[in-house]
Amino acid sequence: MNNRQVGDVTVVDVSGRITLGEGSSELRDALRDLVAKGNKKILLNLGDVSYIDSSGIGELVSGFTSVSNQGGQLKLLNLTKRVKDLLQITKLYTVFEVHDDEAGAIRSFA
Amino acid sequence: MGTEREGAVKIERAFDSTLESVDEAEALILESAANAGFDEDEQHHISMAARECLVNAVVHGNRYSAHKKVHLVIETSSDRIRILITDEGEGFDLTELPDPLAEENLLRHSGRGIFLIRAFMDDLQMRKVSPHGTEVTLVKIRGRNEDK
Repeated sequence: MNNRQVGDVTVVDVSGRITLGEGSSELRDALRDLVAKGNKKILLNLGDVSYIDSSGIGELVSGFTSVSNQGGQLKLLNLTKRVKDLLQITKLYTVFEVHDDEAGAIRSFA
Repeated sequence: MGTEREGAVKIERAFDSTLESVDEAEALILESAANAGFDEDEQHHISMAARECLVNAVVHGNRYSAHKKVHLVIETSSDRIRILITDEGEGFDLTELPDPLAEENLLRHSGRGIFLIRAFMDDLQMRKVSPHGTEVTLVKIRGRNEDK
């Protein structure tokens, strides 16, 4: 998991698996840390995420709620087909703002 | 341990109640599904559903107890895979699970595991076993993954 600052947007590049015991606690800690530091524009790049389980979905939702409650925005970038399918099945695809193009996603925060 | 008869394969294993065991069991199930001829999407769905079930067994069933095992049986035949996952916990009531697609539950942190298992498999059965434990049976039929 790697953070980049593009203007006032923090881009978090996530890779590998987001599952219980593997990446889900790492994602939770990273998002908590960003919120605690006052980052209010967060773009999660999930392009290299191969697998998310229900625990990982839970962390995405908690992160979204936590950032929103602080008056910020958490958006998703570059969903793989499997992750997109998962968000559609769980009806979360309409909850998150999803982008396929990083530059467009960054502009959308303005 | 594995047995083979008339093209059918049966594997039985017992695992410790750890998340490492979940990874190990999931890998075994994935390998079985691949060997049985399921396509990549089907393999992914089987592996995800089995993982959700294995995590339930370790976390909610056995509560990570070093004294309790998770029992796995994988049966593959020409057209299907049948996976039995049994824990040694106290069991839980499926009717108590809230609908994760209900508007008021969409942003809940948890509660999607069983829903995903049902979405990805062709059949899900659960029953309490004596003296303690829950046995979950998952079935996936090859070539029937559309709209699942």
